[in-house]
Parts: sequence; C-alpha cells; structure tokens
Amino acid sequence: MLLIHCPYCGARAQDEFHYRGDANVERPAPHAGQKAFYDFVYARDNPRGWHVEWWHHYAGCRRWVKIERNTVTHEIRTVKGPTQDTR
Amino acid sequence: MSAHRRLQGGHIDRCKRLTFHFDGRRLFGHPGDTLASALLASGIRVVGRSFKYHRPRGIMTAGPDEPSALVELRVGSRTEPNTKMTEVELYEGLQARSQNRWPSLKFDLMAVSGLFGNMISCGFYYKTFMWPASFWERFYEPLIRHAAGLGRATCLPDPDHYEAVHAHCDVLIVGSGPAGLAAARVAGEAGARVILCERDFLPGGGLLLDPAQEIWRKEMITALERIPDVQILLRTNVFGYYDHNLLGGVEQVSDHVPEPRPHAVRQRYRTFRARHVVLATGASERLIAFRGNDRPGVMMAGAALTYVHRFGIAPGKRAVVFTNNDSAYATAFALAAAGLDGVVLADVRRESRLAAKLRAHDVDVRLGVEVNGFGTDAVTLEAQSGGRNTVRADLLCVSGGWNPNVDLASQSGAKLTWDAALATFIPGAPAQAERSVGAAHGISGIGEAARDGLAAGLVAAKISGFGGGCLDFPLPALDGSCASIEPLWEVKTSGKAFVDLQHDVTANDIRQAHREGFSHIEHAKRYTTHSMATDQGKLGGLLGAAILAEARGETLEKVGLPTFRPYTKPAAIGALAGGATGKRFQPVRRTALHAWHLHNGAVMKPTGPWLRPFYYSAAAETGWAAVLREARGVRQSVGICDVSTLGKIDLQGPDAATFLDRLYINSLSPVAVGKCRYGLMLREDGIAFDDGTISRLDRDHFLVTTTTANAEAVLEHMEFYAQTVWPELDVSLCSVTDQWAQIAVAGPRSGMTLANAVEGLDLSNAAFGFMSVGEGRVAAIPVRVFRISFSGELAYEIAVPSRHALTVWQTILTAGQEFGIVPYGLEAMDLMRIEKGHVAGSELNGQTTAADLGMDRMMKSTGDFIGRVLSARPALADPSRPRLVGIRPIESGMPLRCGAHLMSKLGSGTSLGWITSVTQSIVLGHWIGLAMLENGVAMNGNTVYAVSHLHDETIEVVVSSPNHVDPENVRGRS
Repeated sequence: MLLIHCPYCGARAQDEFHYRGDANVERPAPHAGQKAFYDFVYARDNPRGWHVEWWHHYAGCRRWVKIERNTVTHEIRTVKGPTQDTR
Repeated sequence: MSAHRRLQGGHIDRCKRLTFHFDGRRLFGHPGDTLASALLASGIRVVGRSFKYHRPRGIMTAGPDEPSALVELRVGSRTEPNTKMTEVELYEGLQARSQNRWPSLKFDLMAVSGLFGNMISCGFYYKTFMWPASFWERFYEPLIRHAAGLGRATCLPDPDHYEAVHAHCDVLIVGSGPAGLAAARVAGEAGARVILCERDFLPGGGLLLDPAQEIWRKEMITALERIPDVQILLRTNVFGYYDHNLLGGVEQVSDHVPEPRPHAVRQRYRTFRARHVVLATGASERLIAFRGNDRPGVMMAGAALTYVHRFGIAPGKRAVVFTNNDSAYATAFALAAAGLDGVVLADVRRESRLAAKLRAHDVDVRLGVEVNGFGTDAVTLEAQSGGRNTVRADLLCVSGGWNPNVDLASQSGAKLTWDAALATFIPGAPAQAERSVGAAHGISGIGEAARDGLAAGLVAAKISGFGGGCLDFPLPALDGSCASIEPLWEVKTSGKAFVDLQHDVTANDIRQAHREGFSHIEHAKRYTTHSMATDQGKLGGLLGAAILAEARGETLEKVGLPTFRPYTKPAAIGALAGGATGKRFQPVRRTALHAWHLHNGAVMKPTGPWLRPFYYSAAAETGWAAVLREARGVRQSVGICDVSTLGKIDLQGPDAATFLDRLYINSLSPVAVGKCRYGLMLREDGIAFDDGTISRLDRDHFLVTTTTANAEAVLEHMEFYAQTVWPELDVSLCSVTDQWAQIAVAGPRSGMTLANAVEGLDLSNAAFGFMSVGEGRVAAIPVRVFRISFSGELAYEIAVPSRHALTVWQTILTAGQEFGIVPYGLEAMDLMRIEKGHVAGSELNGQTTAADLGMDRMMKSTGDFIGRVLSARPALADPSRPRLVGIRPIESGMPLRCGAHLMSKLGSGTSLGWITSVTQSIVLGHWIGLAMLENGVAMNGNTVYAVSHLHDETIEVVVSSPNHVDPENVRGRS
C-alpha cells in the first residue's frame, strides 16, 4: 500500500484516497467536437514508468491531488494540488 | 524411531508435565515443547499419510518448512486443519488428529492401490478435465476427493475474536537470530523506534541450537527489554512485504493456550510501516532427492540438531547423516554426544577438514559417499569409487545445503542473484529501504551474522535520523570460513524420489512436465503443483528447479525460481478480517429519526449503508397491507416520511449558478431566488448519472439534492470539476447530508397540516406555489420548506438541523392528527413514484440516456454541460433505443415481475426491453410497471408479452405513458 504525502494533510495511507487516472488529459473546449471528447473520456496512454494521475483525498481534505507515480516501481516523485504544475 | 527425552539440556521445563491427545492416545510433554517435539519424545514415528500416494510420513523439520507433519488441531468450532505440528506450541489438553488416512494411520487402504497413484500423475487436474464431463462428476471427483486432499475444515462459526493493529516504526526487524538481535540492539540504543518480530515463541533463532550461545542470547534479550522504544513481538510471522515499506503479519496471541482468555483476541493482524527494514529471516535447509527420501525417519539435519539441543530429544536410535556441506557435521556430533550408537556421516565430498575431529568422537565419517535409498530401518550407501553397503539406521538426517529465506526480500522488489559458492539464490540490491542480513543474506556463522546485523542496524538507525549508536556490547566469536558446498540435487535410482512432499511431487514428475512442454519454472510449478503447498517450497523449491534445469540442459541460475508472493506462511482469513466482521464489517448510517421509527413499528431495511423504514407495521397487518394502507393514506389525506438520506450539497459563490448550468442538462441560472427546479445530470460519456432538485436560497447560494445511492459519487464528481476542470469558477461546495434532516409531508391535506405547524411562511398557493422554497419555523425551530413532490400529490419537504429533527417531526404529526396523518416508508414512497412515473435507481441504471428517460426536451439548446457532446453520439441518439414506458397487465388481476423481458410475440427470442419497476397501484386497483421498451413512444397502446424465463411466466401487457396517475400534474400544483 502506497504512502501518499498529501500537500494539505501530510503523509497518509493510500486507503484514504480514490484513484481516478491520467491527469494529463484535459477536458476539451465545448465545441471541440465528438472526437476530442471521445479521446478525453476513453483514450489513455498506458505508460511504463512515470505517470501523472489524479487521486482524491476523500477521507482527508477532499482535494484532488496530482501524483507523479512510477507505474513500475510505485515510487511517488511529486504530489501537487489540483492547479499546481507538476514540474 | 523410538526417540527419548534426555535428562537435561534444551529449552524445556521438565518440572511441569502437559497432557495431550494424538489420535485418541493420551501422551505427555512439557512447556517449551512443540507438538512435534512432544510426539518425537513419545516415540511416535508415523504422523500422517501423504496427499496423493498415502505413503506414511514422519516429522521432517522443526519449523514452518514442514511438509508432512500436518494435523487437524483442536475440536468443534476451533478445529484447524493442515496445521504444522512443528509450529504448534504444546498446551495442556491439546487435541490433534492425523490427516489423510483411512481407516487408520497404521493401515491405510488407499496406500494398497498402486493403480490409484498412477491415475493422479502430474497434471491430473488438467488431464482429467479432458474426459467426459459425466465421468468427472460421477466417478473421478468423488474418488479423488475421498482419496486425496488434506484436513477437513469446520463448518461451525468461529467463536474467537480478532483485531487489527497498524504500527509505524523507524526500524522493523524480522527475525531474532544473532543478526536480528544485534541489529535491534544497536538501532534501539541509538534511539530509533524498533519493532522486532519473531515467528517462534522463543527469541533467538539459530542461537537456540548452540548451548554455548545461551548466555549471549539472554543478555541481548534482557538489554532489548530495557530499551523503551524497542518492542519485541513473539509468535508474530511477517507474511508480506508491500509497497512503500509496508509489511503485514499475524501475531498468534492465544494459539498457545486451550482457548483465548475472556475478551482476549485469538490472533492479531498487524501492519508495519517502517522507515527501514532489516530482514534477518535466516535460512532453510534443502532436501536431496533419492529413493525413499520421504519415509518416516528422514529428517533434515538442522532439524535433528534442533531436537537435540532445543528440545532435549534424541530423535532416533541409530542415525546416518547425509550431507554435501559442513553444517551437518554439527548434527552428527550432537547425535553422537546425545548417546546414539554408530552414527555414520556420509559426505558426498571427497575431502573434509572436519572429518578427523568427528572421527575422534566415534562418528563413522565416510567421504565420497551418497545415500541412494532408505528402506525399513536401512540406509543404502554407495561410494563414488564403487561399492555399496547397507547401514542399519532408523534416523536419516539430510542436508543438501541452505537457502536464505528470501521471500520477503523478493516481495520487496529486490532481484535475486545466484551465489555459486552457496549454490543458491541470495537477495540482490534492495529496491526499497531494506537490507537482508545474516543467514538470510547467505552468511554463515553466528558471529558473522551478528556483525552483519549490527552493521545493518547502524545504517537503519542513521537513515532514520539516529546516529552514533552504542556499540559497547560483546558479539559472539567468529566461526571462521567453512569448506565449500558440493551441489548435489538428486541421487538417481529407480523408485520415488520426492521434491515436494506435501503435494507428493517426484523428481520424475518435474521431468515429465518438461517433456510435456511445461518447461518454464512457472509452468512446471503449476503443472506439477510443486512448491504450491503450505510450506511454499521451502524444503524442495530450489531442488525442483535444479531438476528442471538439468532436464532443460541449462543452468539453475537461468531457470530461476517462481515468483515469491505473500503469504510466506498460511494466515487465517479470520485474522486478516480483524474486527471487521458482522455488524462491524461496515458502519451503519442511521437518520436522526431512527429511534422514533423503531418505537413506532417500523420494519427497517438497509439501503446502501443506511437503515430506512420499509413500512410501519400496525397490529394484525400482514404482507403488503401496511404498504397499501400508507400509500392510500397519503393519496387520500396526508402522510409523513423521513427522507433524510437524500444527498444534500450546499453550493455558494458568485459562479455557483454557472457551475450548476454546466453540471445539469437543464438551465439553472434562470431559477429565481426562492424557487427550485428538478435537474438531471449526465456523465461525460452521455449516460444519465443522477437527478435531484436544485433550490436557490439566495443569489449565490444553492442547495442541491442527490439520490441516496449516488450522494458520495455526485459530491466527488462536483469536487473534481470544481477543483480541476473549472478552477476559474468561484464556487465552494460542501456536503450537508448529515447536518440536515429532511421530512416529506405529502397528500391533499399536507398544506393544511403544515399551515397548523409552520410559522413565518405563507404557504398559500399564490404565495408559495409549486417548486417554491422558503424559510419558516416549526416549534420555534428555523426550517427550510420546499414545495416539491415525489408522489405527485400536493407535497412539501421540511429541512431541519438534524438535532431538532424529532421535535419538528412530532410537531407535524400533531398538526396532522385531525387529518389522520400516516407515517409512510420506503415501499409506499416507491409505489407512489411508480404510479406517478418518476424514475429512480432501476431506471437511472447507468445504461440509460436522458432521451431514454423521456427527458431530452429538458436539455438546453445552447451552452456547455457535462455529457452534452457524447450524448449526441449516433448509438445514444438512436430513436429506436429502449425508452421509458408504462405497462399494465391486460388481465387486471395479474401481477407483474421486475426484470421480465418484453417481446412482441409468444416464443420470440428477441427481447425488446425489460421491466424496471413494478407495484400494485392503489389508484388503478391493479399492477402497474415502468419499463424500457424499444421504440417505446410509438408503442403506446400496443400489446406486448412480459416473459420471465426464471419463473416460467408469460403475461400480456399494454404499453402506456409512464405517468399512470395524474399525467397533467394537477394534484401537485393545486
């Protein structure tokens, strides 16, 4: 089980969080068309290695945080707030 | 093997005697014994029969690597099958039964049949399924079930309690041998918070096998007990190493007593989150494959040493020790010293510097010699130079070398590396903050292990921020270098040579797996079930891999070992569940009015985590009568219902209206202050997600309700869009579900009832029309009043701070007394919403669109909202999709069934849709339903068949509008 350093609450166990997925996809502009929305909802990369993803600290501050996690080793490099840059 | 207890030595309390029963025989042992040592001391030689071949088996080891000595422990509801007797701490009154014998241990009918053994050769799981299915069910399965297998589990409920403890520490040390003790002491004295776990009931590991180390062992433990931040957990097996240095274990709190003390737990599930981990898990001795290597009397050399030194037992009368390395010399020496006559040591190596010393103690050391068979009290020795002779012996001690216990290191992500000098795999570079030390790292010698542990303990303390540990304690002397091992895996002869005793896998089975194409180590493992038993291949795992390597003509290094996974030892499911069983499995949510419901005859029903009144049962009412009475009461006069479980979200901010416009398919920004509106939200993929009401309390202040089931999901959804997608919108939101109780008051006389109860709010139709919201007071308590209706009647919902819910509820009840106000439950509410044609969870089922539900006209034509774009995808916009309709039976007495399929003609194989909700209508006097039906709107007035294959029922139904009652919505508005 991962140990996640929430920027608002400190180090917390993974079971306080819900996973959502890729934080690199952005909701398209309203008139971007079906293809753009289709990609937003369904198309995902499946990287081996570093991956930026959304986690929800539902049993804590209820913030959505952006976590940079290595999908091979589960190492967590950064945890940022919803509007902070991951780099 | 008639073993006997020696008069002195070992960690046995000879002053006390414990009585126990094995297969009904009354026997004796002492505190400090395991069941295995007590049986050996009582001269019991055969303790079980094997899994497939029903061969007699004895005790082979002294720990968790035991493959054969399994028993059914305890009786009744505490019966525990497949328990390794080498791990059972003896207690007064212990009862154990041998397993897998029929009719008795001595005379097993199954063992007579050689034919049977051939039938269940390797891969039989797969091959037998090739036969006709009827054969499998009628013949093979019952036969195999009767003949093969292990102990029987009890079907009675577990009477014991369990709990979970989650601990954090700086340094976690697994194993209390010399390396573990030294690591714990140095880290503890440096000031780190240390937890030391030992699976055994005595700390010391390998120190327990050397009487010369007893003083040091005791000193170390005394010193550790004095350090406040060092916690020693005995009887605690660490079974798994997970991500971010989280480890799991089970502490056997009460397994060494007849039953747990009152209020004490049987076992404790523990997790450890450690900054640094020291794995001092020791090593396991490996078997050599030869004919008869499973017979009672075969024992691992290290185990024999354990029985002599720790338990004070001479485990046989005449012994042969068979080895390929130096370690077994200590066993031969100990056996000779224990008084066994004519101990023979057969070493496959041609040279040994220890030979002379041992010969001086009357041990017959034979170099360059192998054991090629073990029969009834006779060991056949074969010299490499030729020549064979037979030695009389009832005990054959075997050592094929030592494998570091790498399970946890491997689970942590460390790759294993091949060590040619030890002919085994050792842990490679750490992937997490851990280090393997001592025998677990391939280091031999007690002094050497202690120094390795000390070094690791220092590093672990330093990493945790505690430098300068005290090194001022003595360490055991170094053993010095030992001669290298000569790898020997198998002595090839005819006859069965086992590599996995618990699953009866032979060397030939491994070769057969290779011949049949299962040559990868993972395939061979699964095909033969090698190393899949409860000993997890500790004894013969590497041996099987070596035989596979030879068959493949490749090195053992290349073949490798199968993946190590938790659990290193079996763990009881009860322990893992901890305290989370029964009522404690999940917290129950109760509304503020729960106690009132219970006192007034409510039959409660779980809906998700909530308990809600199903109906209120009056005296002499049976079945559905209460539901019909409640619904009739509402339709005819007035009823009151607890709807507190609805999700309630408070939204505030200048952009709250814009935010809601983007969440719901309909426009909400035009809603005036003091008004509310029904809203439907979609998922981004265009499927309907949830519905509810949106009330505008102020210009920048909204309150929305969600369905009970989706309360959490909708909140999370809103938070995601507010925080990450539209962070530029100035809106704050918060769940207020628990803070507000909500009470529905419905029926033609609900207005009159509330006029009696509500102060400070004009409820007249002109001032407070349909879909109005306002604030007033009930019994001087401020409340919010909503004029909304789920039943279709004139209706209101009163929101009140939870702590005042009961006062408000009772005040309304009193106010409605003159109209015969009736409390109604979930079922009456459902009945009325089906009559009205309102959708609920069965229709909002994650497959339906707004159009399917007849709500496409609600969609705003301009502006962005979640799901707008993808709801227009051709398949979702297809007009022939199943749409919401009403149905009623042609023959008015017929009941309808939820889930029945709708078909156009009898016997049709094509389903046009399905029934989602049904009820007995009190307005119409017959059954009605809601359904999803292809081309639903066009089908209005047509007849279709409702077919339930499960009940073998077919009913003719007429399709109608979903609004069975008051389609013009006159009642709600009047």
